[in-house]
Amino acid sequence: MSFPWAKEYTPANGLSRFFDEKLPLPRLVYNAIGAGYPVPRNLNYMWNFGVLAGFFLVLQIVTGIVLAMHYAANAELAFATTEHIMRNVNWGWLMRYAHANGASFFFIVIYLHIFRGLFYSSYKAPREMIWLLGVVIFLLTMATAFMGYVLPWGQMSFWGAKVITGLFGAFPLVGEPIQIWLLGGYAPDNAALNRFFSLHFLLPFVIAGVVILHIWALHIPGSSNPTGVEVKSESDTVPFHPYYTAKDGFGLGVILIFFFAMVFFLPNALGHPDNYIEANPLSTPALILPEWYFYPFYAILRAFTMDFILPAKLWGVIAMFSSILIWFMLPWLDKSPVRSGHYRPLFRKFFLFGLIPTMAMLFFLGGRPAEEPYVMLSQIFTAYYFLHFLVILPIVSQIERPEPLPYSITDAVLGSDKKAVLGENTEPAV
Amino acid sequence: MIRLIAILVGLGFGAVALISFGFGAYTAATEEPVKHLPYEDPIDIDYSFDGPFGTWDKVQLQRGYKVYKEVCSACHGLKFVAFRNLAELGYDEAQVKAEAASWQVPGIAPNTGEAVSRSGTPTDYFPSPYPNAVAAAAANNNAIPPDLSLITKARHDGTNYVASLMVGYREPSAELLEEHPEAAPGPGLYHNVYFHNLNISMAPPLTGDGQVTFDDGTKATIEQMAKDVAAFLTWTAEPTMVKRKQTGWPVLFFLLFATILAYLSKKQIWAAAKPKKIKA
Repeated sequence: MSFPWAKEYTPANGLSRFFDEKLPLPRLVYNAIGAGYPVPRNLNYMWNFGVLAGFFLVLQIVTGIVLAMHYAANAELAFATTEHIMRNVNWGWLMRYAHANGASFFFIVIYLHIFRGLFYSSYKAPREMIWLLGVVIFLLTMATAFMGYVLPWGQMSFWGAKVITGLFGAFPLVGEPIQIWLLGGYAPDNAALNRFFSLHFLLPFVIAGVVILHIWALHIPGSSNPTGVEVKSESDTVPFHPYYTAKDGFGLGVILIFFFAMVFFLPNALGHPDNYIEANPLSTPALILPEWYFYPFYAILRAFTMDFILPAKLWGVIAMFSSILIWFMLPWLDKSPVRSGHYRPLFRKFFLFGLIPTMAMLFFLGGRPAEEPYVMLSQIFTAYYFLHFLVILPIVSQIERPEPLPYSITDAVLGSDKKAVLGENTEPAV
Repeated sequence: MIRLIAILVGLGFGAVALISFGFGAYTAATEEPVKHLPYEDPIDIDYSFDGPFGTWDKVQLQRGYKVYKEVCSACHGLKFVAFRNLAELGYDEAQVKAEAASWQVPGIAPNTGEAVSRSGTPTDYFPSPYPNAVAAAAANNNAIPPDLSLITKARHDGTNYVASLMVGYREPSAELLEEHPEAAPGPGLYHNVYFHNLNISMAPPLTGDGQVTFDDGTKATIEQMAKDVAAFLTWTAEPTMVKRKQTGWPVLFFLLFATILAYLSKKQIWAAAKPKKIKA
């Protein structure tokens, strides 16, 4: 589907006419991310992160395939072949640092993409399916990143794998068999490393598939926008190309400057030194930590320290998984008819002064040792996290009186729809 | 309905987290907090390879190599480094060959196939001082000396940490032993203020000035040897570090240029879509 004023693809020469008849792939691209896709004209820079996430997915796949050519998924060799990549493979150090930091940047842009969706309520009808698929992508990405971190077979790889698979052991009766089944043994070893490598290679392509569904679902209603008002006329939109290709190109340049500054000058800043020690099942690190992008969920996991009906560990595991799974319910929890946080005064207060500081603190606390005052703080912020999504959001959407919305996107951008530059087929709004 | 369930679930999670908080707060208020041993942060030393423009001081790396060879290598391996890599420290081909030949590496006798020890060639890797982990543990009071190839990357602030550890051996102070009686060194352990539990199995490796004779005439004080060997081990941990930094600059300059161009073209393209508001 598209808007009636969407430009139609016209093959320019014989070759493209041939393709358009037999396999209209150029037409598909033209309608998906070319001039044939009308996009609201008022998207701000928060709308860049979807394209950037796509870029980092491709970067991870390309660097990952090169790394896989030199890596051996074997508990005896994994650490040594990782060092072989760093020392002996031509530009291997660049591939590995780009892959490791690429994972971090993938998460940075995904988190910003999700937060944009939360603030502008991009999950609301008619875009529920885009949001649901996005949460699926996020879960798949987390699984992929976790398994990737195990592959260098350093100390954090090994103990991280042990702790995370150990979470399944918290479930009564079925827990331990599941854990043994996942690892292919009682502790992470060759069997676990091999299957993690296999899945780490497979899942990015599954992610790419779900990304295609995500974009497909996006093209049914079209992109949302900062006003949250749906597109009404041609003057509300501009073609994706060249307008948003140019804007995304600039955004890509900016993030690549940060990315390569990290790769070339601080490549290990986001990693943990213990992962340069080869895995040793007999020596437990003083502090076992996941990668930084899992810190909020790790903080939630460790916040539950009381056996209250259920064992504390089981509470932690259920809460950690629930903290993401509740995102699936968001479209039905937030019933406010207004999408954009700009026009929702109460929602905006809870978002800016509740959710954002909570996430920032959970990020910080997840990387701290399990001591006071960190544990107590993570308990408070964990409580707020759940209350925000499950209690505050539904209630706020009931009691809040939203501010007046602009008549249309053009109205919001240009002051009045009458002054807008209108397309040939469009009547000016009254 | 779904929102009612959500509110109940949310209140449930919130309540359990806050109950945990309440008991944690009670415990924290009534019990003594865990006391950490007061180890010191490493000394901050200036190195030629610090910062985004850093380069190797090859003479220093050669001095550090000599310290490793004459002191550390008695107990610590360097398994990810090959003798051929020494060319990067400024040795020429003949010197690398001679240096490799001065090490004994495990080999196979060509006629009998028996395990023998032979002199090294540039393609060999640095040998481990022990045939296996059991032998290493047996010779060192059950503490296996770690391989040093990656040691400066495997510790926080690794270069400074290694240099500091070499000079951190003291007698434990009376106040420390009063506060933390458990910090008294046990048999075979040595007090070191930079080691996280203050008791390290490694005997002080650098014992006196002039323990190593440097070829460039630098006076071999304990501090100098510690600093130089830490520099050498930074090189072994990441021989490509300087190349990495030097590659970074052109990449960043190119990206900066490309991003400015991208910004200008974005501005030009959007100029058409944003007509000036007509004044009423």
